[in-house]
Amino acid sequence: MMRRFWAIFRARNTEFLRDRGALGWNLMFPFFVVFGMAFAFSDRGQDVFKIGVIGEKSALPAGFASTRHVAFVAFDDPQAAQGKLRHHQLDLLVKPGSPLEYWVNESAPKGYLVERLMLGSDASQFSPVRRAVAGRPIRYVDWLVSGLLSMNMMFSALFGVGYVLVRYRKTGVLKRLKATPLRAAEFLAAQVASRLVLIMGVFAVVYHGADFFLHFERLGSLLDLYLIFALGSACLVSLGLLVAARVTSEELAGGLLNMLSWPMMFLSGVWFSLEGAPKPLRMLANAMPLTHLIDAARAVMTEGATLIEVAPHLWILGGMTVLFLVAGAWAFRWE
Amino acid sequence: MSAVLEARGLIKRYPGSASNAVDGLSLAVREGLCFGLLGPNGAGKTTTVEILEGILLPDAGEILYRGAPLGPLFRERTGIQFQDTALQDHLTVRELLSLFGSLYPSILPVAELVKLCDLGELMDRDPEKLSGGQRQRVLLALALVNDPDVVFLDEPTTGLDPQARRNFWELARGIKARGKTVILTTHYMEEAYALCDEVAIVDRGRIIAQGAPDSLLKEHFNGVTIELPKADYKPPEGGVPGDVVVREGTVELMTGQVEASLEALKRGGSSLAHLRVRARTLEDLFLHLTGRELRE
Repeated sequence: MMRRFWAIFRARNTEFLRDRGALGWNLMFPFFVVFGMAFAFSDRGQDVFKIGVIGEKSALPAGFASTRHVAFVAFDDPQAAQGKLRHHQLDLLVKPGSPLEYWVNESAPKGYLVERLMLGSDASQFSPVRRAVAGRPIRYVDWLVSGLLSMNMMFSALFGVGYVLVRYRKTGVLKRLKATPLRAAEFLAAQVASRLVLIMGVFAVVYHGADFFLHFERLGSLLDLYLIFALGSACLVSLGLLVAARVTSEELAGGLLNMLSWPMMFLSGVWFSLEGAPKPLRMLANAMPLTHLIDAARAVMTEGATLIEVAPHLWILGGMTVLFLVAGAWAFRWE
Repeated sequence: MSAVLEARGLIKRYPGSASNAVDGLSLAVREGLCFGLLGPNGAGKTTTVEILEGILLPDAGEILYRGAPLGPLFRERTGIQFQDTALQDHLTVRELLSLFGSLYPSILPVAELVKLCDLGELMDRDPEKLSGGQRQRVLLALALVNDPDVVFLDEPTTGLDPQARRNFWELARGIKARGKTVILTTHYMEEAYALCDEVAIVDRGRIIAQGAPDSLLKEHFNGVTIELPKADYKPPEGGVPGDVVVREGTVELMTGQVEASLEALKRGGSSLAHLRVRARTLEDLFLHLTGRELRE
């Protein structure tokens, strides 16, 4: 049984690796997207200073609080606020009172500017106490990269398995294999495993390649990130398998795969956070495997979360994987 | 000789079709022989053979391999060359043979396959870039990779040029010589005549005649076919003994009374200068049995 599995696994890998066009595209496309986005959004959000306030904004010195082009954001949790300051998502953090306490990130130029701004206002009368924090900025690209890599993974998984299976079925490759002792489960397992290995290979090359130039700020463990992406791609590959279980037309398969991938591309939080989105939209997004992959990967990337902290996402991804695999294997037809 | 493969009362109807593609067909294939399923396109040959191969399930009827219903052993002991098969892209012939070999518990040594199917210079080529005849040799090798007892060849020479077709026949004879049972479908009667020990002529999903090619011809015909150029033929009054078939450039007269027929032709004023006499073929038999031409 393992011999038949390995034979099909190796054949599929060879087929993919020798298809230079597809291989090149699979590697180049995510690079283009990551770099394109890194440059397109490198100036994002720099036109307004953002100051965190621990407690009520109304307790701030009136003159300082009325400074124009500064956004004041209230926080209840000083820890979370300091985290944001460390990653340059806030320019300054202030706790009203006398003395007035404030935290500044010494590695952030905007922190320096907004500190001068505050000290030049009536806040200086509240004997401000300075506390310094340090940390590299989390840029939009650090936030975005989890989404982009997940999205690329989704396309590769859905189309790489779904489309190929339908083409195999249409051209008679599956019929030829059906005439051998190969079992459907062995064949499908080999397809899933082959795609999983190829996707993770592409992921490693793209992630570390882009990191070399863009120096991602990753707060969590790299191993955790790999495990999350492996589980996510298993889930998406299984979904591709389910779609292609018995479809015989490439057009129909293309339509179905697009119908699944496009909403996921826009609603899973690849490009922007859905935190403030209407509830029905968030419910829809939560039904999508890509949402859970991105949320978990992003939490590891930008918040330093551990696997335990993102466990709910992982359970959902795992459950979906099993569901898709079982349904796909059950529905599978060679012809 | 015992039947290695037996079909009983096969019925298959495709959804949306008004009639059965296979309509109560039964047959038995004896071990070590080449059994031919003949018939025009759409007669139900491929459907029948795919049911025999265990690829399609019949709506009714049963298939027995060595007296038992088809099981896992059947897959291991049979080899199939489909009418048209795509293969995994970007794999060489050698890699494909190794891939398919890995799917079976026991296999024929590659060197033997190479010899049997004349693959010598093809081993490191991409099957997509081979000629029709070369590609059929590769597909044949894949069907033989597990050294099967029963080999199915579904229209293996359709679309090949006459030379490639004759080369393929040689390979098929080689397989027969190894004692394998061959089940061949074809719409070339010449091919069936050249290769088959027994043929079943299929029309509209039923077997309309079955037996060894020569005995079938003897059973249905006791004469010859007389061919005349169409321009030379003048229909005599009172007709000619036998069946007259007018084709595009020729007129064929199938008759058991050669002398009487020739007399009638002369009487009618036909010119016999370009007359040709040939033996009856399976093609004539099909026409005789169905009133239709094989390649309509």
